[in-house]
Amino acid sequence: MTEDGIRCDGRRLDELRNISIKVGVLKNADGSAYIEFGKNKILAGVFGPRDVHPKHMANPDSGILRCRYHMSPFSVTERKNPAPSRREIEISKVIKEALQPAVILKDYPRTVIDVFIEVLQADGGSRCAALDAAAVALADAGIPMRDLVSACAAGKVADRIVLDVNNEEDQEGQADMPVALMPNLGKVTLLQLDGMLKPEEFKTCMQTALVGCKRVYEVQRKALMEKYFQNGEQ
Amino acid sequence: MMDVKRRYVIPGDVIATGPLRPEQNVFQDGDRMISTCVGISEIFENSVKVIPLTGGYMPKANDLVIGKVIGTSPLSWEFDINSCFVGFLPAQDVFGRDYSPTKDELRQRLDIGDLVAVRIANFDRSRDPLLTVQDRDLGKIDSGELIEISPSKVPRLIGKRGSMIQTIEMATKAIITIGQNGWIVISCEDSEGLLKAVEAVKMIDALAHTPNLTERVKSMLGVVDGENNDTIND
Repeated sequence: MTEDGIRCDGRRLDELRNISIKVGVLKNADGSAYIEFGKNKILAGVFGPRDVHPKHMANPDSGILRCRYHMSPFSVTERKNPAPSRREIEISKVIKEALQPAVILKDYPRTVIDVFIEVLQADGGSRCAALDAAAVALADAGIPMRDLVSACAAGKVADRIVLDVNNEEDQEGQADMPVALMPNLGKVTLLQLDGMLKPEEFKTCMQTALVGCKRVYEVQRKALMEKYFQNGEQ
Repeated sequence: MMDVKRRYVIPGDVIATGPLRPEQNVFQDGDRMISTCVGISEIFENSVKVIPLTGGYMPKANDLVIGKVIGTSPLSWEFDINSCFVGFLPAQDVFGRDYSPTKDELRQRLDIGDLVAVRIANFDRSRDPLLTVQDRDLGKIDSGELIEISPSKVPRLIGKRGSMIQTIEMATKAIITIGQNGWIVISCEDSEGLLKAVEAVKMIDALAHTPNLTERVKSMLGVVDGENNDTIND
């Protein structure tokens, strides 16, 4: 990083990577989204509500949410074994738990909502990008939601707090903190921290991440509006 | 009609604040009314609702739906009703009270793959929907073209007091059976009329959220069928 705060990829400290989201890209899914978050390229597909298999997982009082985060073998420089790794299982779990407070499952007893996330190309911060795509795909599927979920990471690189850590900064940096937010309700649904931060650094890092989430929300919103109200007549 | 305020919303959008009653697809957070789906919000004098633009079919008692037989058990048929729940049609409903599984063969009346117009007799969260064919207009559909549209757009296809569907039926002389689950069967003796009707239904599916749809459908049908319209009006 240069002294005036220009990062390795030319961004300022509080600058996000370029984000673009496309809604409804998979024909066979009930809802889907494709996100390009910097160099991350991620597909999310939502199936359901549908019958639960295996049946013993079904909950007679409410629906259940299942989530699979998967990285394609070609998504990273060295071929990745396609079998779910420990990291992928963890990310599937945190994404599920980050989406759960937003999704209203009570309306669909004995059913399941499946979220499949496929990382086609990874470049740091893929869990946040995956979560952003999954939230949009859920909305596209018409699953009732209390709010969208927007996620963005912040971290500490070369002793400075930066927004949206990329792969290189993640490797070299001192901390990486993914945060997911329900922007209208103002509730945080995911907070992880890898690395060490002083209390005051944590506060600025959190603030930075929340600002990032709100900016991501604007992109998500625009993508949904474009798909459903492209004519813009109101 | 004058004091209904409409807006395009996505999940999480605050539609209004204040002492209002949340109706379909609206959730209440304190005094804020929040949309739970992508759709068009409507604010009435003392209530708020959102007309969804996406999402599957949720069975409701008394709905007329079109179902496809997917299986039989000794005492009932199982129906795919384009929903996350499987519909059940008891054998007694068709054979009468003296139905006996040893004597009567279910497959002779309704075989797998048959399309049937059925009404939902009963449905609650604890059980799968119970169907009936005991009413006029119900029963096996022998001929026609099946079209699938999004269930959330069915009200638009019907129009206010059936105005839209009447327009199409009159212009094309087709007979259209609309299932609330988004499955529609169109039958018409004249093949050109059939094509026109199919086109009109697909157009409504694609443009359901835009205003003045009836006018546009009329002009789309009117080009060829203007004379037909006149003769009917005469």
